[in-house]
Amino acid sequence: MKSLARKAGPARGSAPAAPAALPRVRAGRAIAVATAVLIAALLAGVAIGPAGLSLPIVGRTLLTELLPWHPALGVPAIDADIVWQLRLPRVLLGALVGAMLAGGGAAYQGVFRNPLADPYLLGVAAGGGLGATIVIIAGGSQQLLPVAAFAGAAAAVAVTYVLGAGTRVGRGPGSVGASASIVLAGVAVAALLTAVQTYLQQQHYQTLQQVYSWILGGLSLATWSDVLLILPYVIVSAGILLAHRRLLDVLRVGETEASTLGVDIARLRLTVVIAATLGTAAAVSVSGLIGFVGIIVPHTVRLTAGPSYRVVLPVSMIGGAAFLVLADIAARTVQSPAEVPIGVITALAGAPFFLVVLSSRRARQDLS
Amino acid sequence: MRIPTRQAAPVVALALSVAALAAGCGSTPAQNSSLNASTGHSATSQRGAFPVSVKAANGTVTVRSRPAAIVSLSPTGTEMLYAIGAGGQVKAVDSLSDYPPQAPRTKLSAFQPNVEAIVAEKPDLVIEAGDTGQLTKKLAAFSIPVLDLPAPANLAGEYAEFAELGRATGHPAQATQEVARLRSQLHQIVAAAPHHAKPVSYYYELDQTYYSVTSATFVGQLLGLLGMKSIADQAKGAASSGGYPQLSAEYILKADPDYIILADTICCHQDAATVGKRPGWSALTAVKTGHVIALNDDIASRWGPRVTDLLHTVETALARNSSR
Repeated sequence: MKSLARKAGPARGSAPAAPAALPRVRAGRAIAVATAVLIAALLAGVAIGPAGLSLPIVGRTLLTELLPWHPALGVPAIDADIVWQLRLPRVLLGALVGAMLAGGGAAYQGVFRNPLADPYLLGVAAGGGLGATIVIIAGGSQQLLPVAAFAGAAAAVAVTYVLGAGTRVGRGPGSVGASASIVLAGVAVAALLTAVQTYLQQQHYQTLQQVYSWILGGLSLATWSDVLLILPYVIVSAGILLAHRRLLDVLRVGETEASTLGVDIARLRLTVVIAATLGTAAAVSVSGLIGFVGIIVPHTVRLTAGPSYRVVLPVSMIGGAAFLVLADIAARTVQSPAEVPIGVITALAGAPFFLVVLSSRRARQDLS
Repeated sequence: MRIPTRQAAPVVALALSVAALAAGCGSTPAQNSSLNASTGHSATSQRGAFPVSVKAANGTVTVRSRPAAIVSLSPTGTEMLYAIGAGGQVKAVDSLSDYPPQAPRTKLSAFQPNVEAIVAEKPDLVIEAGDTGQLTKKLAAFSIPVLDLPAPANLAGEYAEFAELGRATGHPAQATQEVARLRSQLHQIVAAAPHHAKPVSYYYELDQTYYSVTSATFVGQLLGLLGMKSIADQAKGAASSGGYPQLSAEYILKADPDYIILADTICCHQDAATVGKRPGWSALTAVKTGHVIALNDDIASRWGPRVTDLLHTVETALARNSSR
């Protein structure tokens, strides 16, 4: 972090945040803290639920399933299923989705140099929503739903990118204008697809409730197959994003400056967009549209552990996983056995938390 | 708009068999005459008295003359109109009124009623369920009487709606006969049901997000006649949700109901097989013993003349399983 800042020395004056004012927080410590919170959240997620199972039952179920010789520890079949078939896949899916949304948000904020960028910036949400709506209206099977949502999300981003990157504003693809025009194309594509989606939704009000509950997003129907379905995408996507964390740090000094330092900005942008789209589209396809995670988590990490992407990217992923698991615990216990839409929880809990972090003393120092 | 599925055919067949069964076993002359009336063949001379004031959810409504161009924006209302022999006066029904099949279905939306399109049908009576978009107020400007017949809270409420609808359309006698038919057939179904020492518990599924019904709802009371009790009764927030609480998979597994009753077979393509494939559900008693009852969503949610079909479907499943 420091060495990069020194390399970019001449451009320091135009950088958005002055690296010299940063607190010294080591990446290792931030990652350790986030990992500890994530482990605690995962354990709580498996232990808590409307069925009110005792901790020994939960523990014995996990032992039975996890130990290779599967000892019979006298857990009733239904209790074992509640832990292993309902809670564990749900908790793990929440972690994967949270990691992907927060990591994707952090990467987009870096590559578009826009603090308001979130994983849905380029049309993932609108495209995924339209794909899901079409399948629900056509009476397609439950298996087809994530496929259509994924395809819609990926197609929307592809259209956005082709339109946005094709409209060259300024001095070629590496210019500031290219980045802005992609974002603007994303706004236009999202608006168009949302309009089509809303029209279809209103025309077929028999399925309104189904569409609506998908749009709101949630993990209530999580299964092991969902977890296995998105796991490869999340691993590949997170791997690619993490591999570019140093380049994103160089980009922090400005696109022109990064270009002169030898960064191929157009290529970096395309790689990050493809990786983030793969991951967030997979996340959206199984969990619907869960908002705020992609903005709140990366900014909270920046404000507490510094703006270097070598910290922000991994800690956002781990922290995002923990945040969504905790939000989901609230979603299924606040009104148990009914569920509160998880998007409501992420916004309700996340926004004030973010404001507190923002107004904390250290944060003010960082932003000054 | 709704596509008929394979669920629809057996239900129609069932409806016919119920009618045949009831007619065959009819014990008293009164019951027989009521059945004849409900099929619409009896040439009742009584055409009602007009103008007439009827009570509906939107207050007292005056119908000046015998309506000849009724627009129904309620699938339940449409079924009721045909059940009391007012089908000939129906000019247009909404896009979801798919029963009986001869009802003149149009693109009119009950969900987002378009006042202009409704007025263009030149109705002299409009039937709706729940005053969506304040239709009563808007149609009052055109002096078109609107009868708001929302989903009744119980059977008594349904019978009362039949009576009011009968008077509003000039078929008071047939409405009375239809109520008598419902009473006697429901009575026969309940009498035929197997007796259980303790209440039979059930999970009633409205959709795949586990919205359910308590024993206090219309459907819950109907199933209560068969000695059944909903697992949703104990759910926190069951009362504040108006009897339609959302459960969770965990809650349902923990409750382990005797029966699973699916009212999302058409909307969401659920059946015994898909339920059995849900994670963890294969351990449920109801799944293991084949106690999964598939209802036709439409019959289950329209509390009109076909409530007998609803109860009969459940009673048949209970009887089949207890005789094993």
